[in-house]
Amino acid sequence: MNGVFDLAGTDGVGPVIVPEKEPVFRAEWEKAVFPMFAMCFRAGFYGVDQFRHGIELIDPAVYLKSPYYEHWVHTVEHYGEQLGKLDMAELDRRTEHYLANPDAPLPEHADDPGLLAFIEAVVPAGASAKRESDKVARFKVGDVVRVDRSAPKGHTRRARYIRGAVGEIVLAHGTFIYPDTAGNGLGENPEHVYTVRFTNEELWGAEHAEPNGSVYFDVWDPYIELVTPTATTTEGVSA
Amino acid sequence: MSAQIRTQEEIAARVKALESMLIDQGIMTTRAIDRMVELYEHEVGPQLGAQVVAKAWSDPDFKARLIEDATEACKELGISGLQGEDMVVVENSDTVHNIIVCTLCSCYPWPVLGLPPNWYKDPQYRAAITREPRKVLRESFGLTIPEDVEVRVWDSSSEMRYWVLPQRPAGTEGWSEERLVELVTRDSMIGVGTVAAVA
Repeated sequence: MNGVFDLAGTDGVGPVIVPEKEPVFRAEWEKAVFPMFAMCFRAGFYGVDQFRHGIELIDPAVYLKSPYYEHWVHTVEHYGEQLGKLDMAELDRRTEHYLANPDAPLPEHADDPGLLAFIEAVVPAGASAKRESDKVARFKVGDVVRVDRSAPKGHTRRARYIRGAVGEIVLAHGTFIYPDTAGNGLGENPEHVYTVRFTNEELWGAEHAEPNGSVYFDVWDPYIELVTPTATTTEGVSA
Repeated sequence: MSAQIRTQEEIAARVKALESMLIDQGIMTTRAIDRMVELYEHEVGPQLGAQVVAKAWSDPDFKARLIEDATEACKELGISGLQGEDMVVVENSDTVHNIIVCTLCSCYPWPVLGLPPNWYKDPQYRAAITREPRKVLRESFGLTIPEDVEVRVWDSSSEMRYWVLPQRPAGTEGWSEERLVELVTRDSMIGVGTVAAVA
């Protein structure tokens, strides 16, 4: 979908502010939100692509002005409600309760050794989006390609600033979950992923581009079409 | 969805309410929350990426393996995990300066750098770094990249996680890995800084 989250090249948002030092979590509530990503994933709320799409659906004014981890609250609520795992009226009622009584305790509950074991296992192991597939790669390193400039309404990683742009494939990574289906609840459908190099001039126009630079952007196979095949027989890097 | 911007107090109450409902369903426990926070506050952070960089500076064979397959090379040092399942290290040189970003959300190589700083996730960095990287580095990070050095910005749009192998500073010949580790900063592995030369 076209949205404000797709920020590359947006002008007028102001300078990057870099504090001298800041903690990993800036507020206590952030510490409760961060683990929700992994624990609600385990509970079947969403895949990673859906998690991102839930954030993209936030009201644009709120998206730009709210603290980062509040975005995660929105997406957890979005899928919790959609799956019938969260009663939103009850959530509102409890919110009022904690607003009036910030120090009121959380519900009594027992430890869950299985959940702790999951955390200890998943943090170092991760959950790769790489998938085996017998799909043949349509492109190879050295090919010059153009990005599809259509504007889908659901989740995609085809950012606006590279749509329609022409670049050269510099890396080929193998097959991964396809966000344009997975993020829209339509299954993993693995596709080949490539890194495409776009010159600054191609993206912004010679008049506006900084000199001597490029952007490297990852695309899935269906995002691109061939402009000029590579003249060489260079094989792609397979990660 | 409402366009209301919440105060910190309102967010805190909303989060506590949500947390309480997830606890009631057995999806979260306070002990598991505390453990997850502890991991990313104290165990998974840029000190791990610094170890990898120092080893790459000291051991040419390891560096070759790191450039070939960063995920596997990091596993040799026991470094792996969430949001770094498929990593690519890009090397700075006298002619190339690399920078990472995620313009669409906040993708970042957690196993080697920990959780991203807020400026990395803020709209300002994500908006400007692909369009005016030299200006952003100069004005917000005090780093000037000479015009004859090519700037490559890696926009982490897929699940590949890019990060930067900074240049080893002059004056560190013969240094041990343990000493080199201390020089490597988080910002140098994002590409918004360099490792300062040793006097």
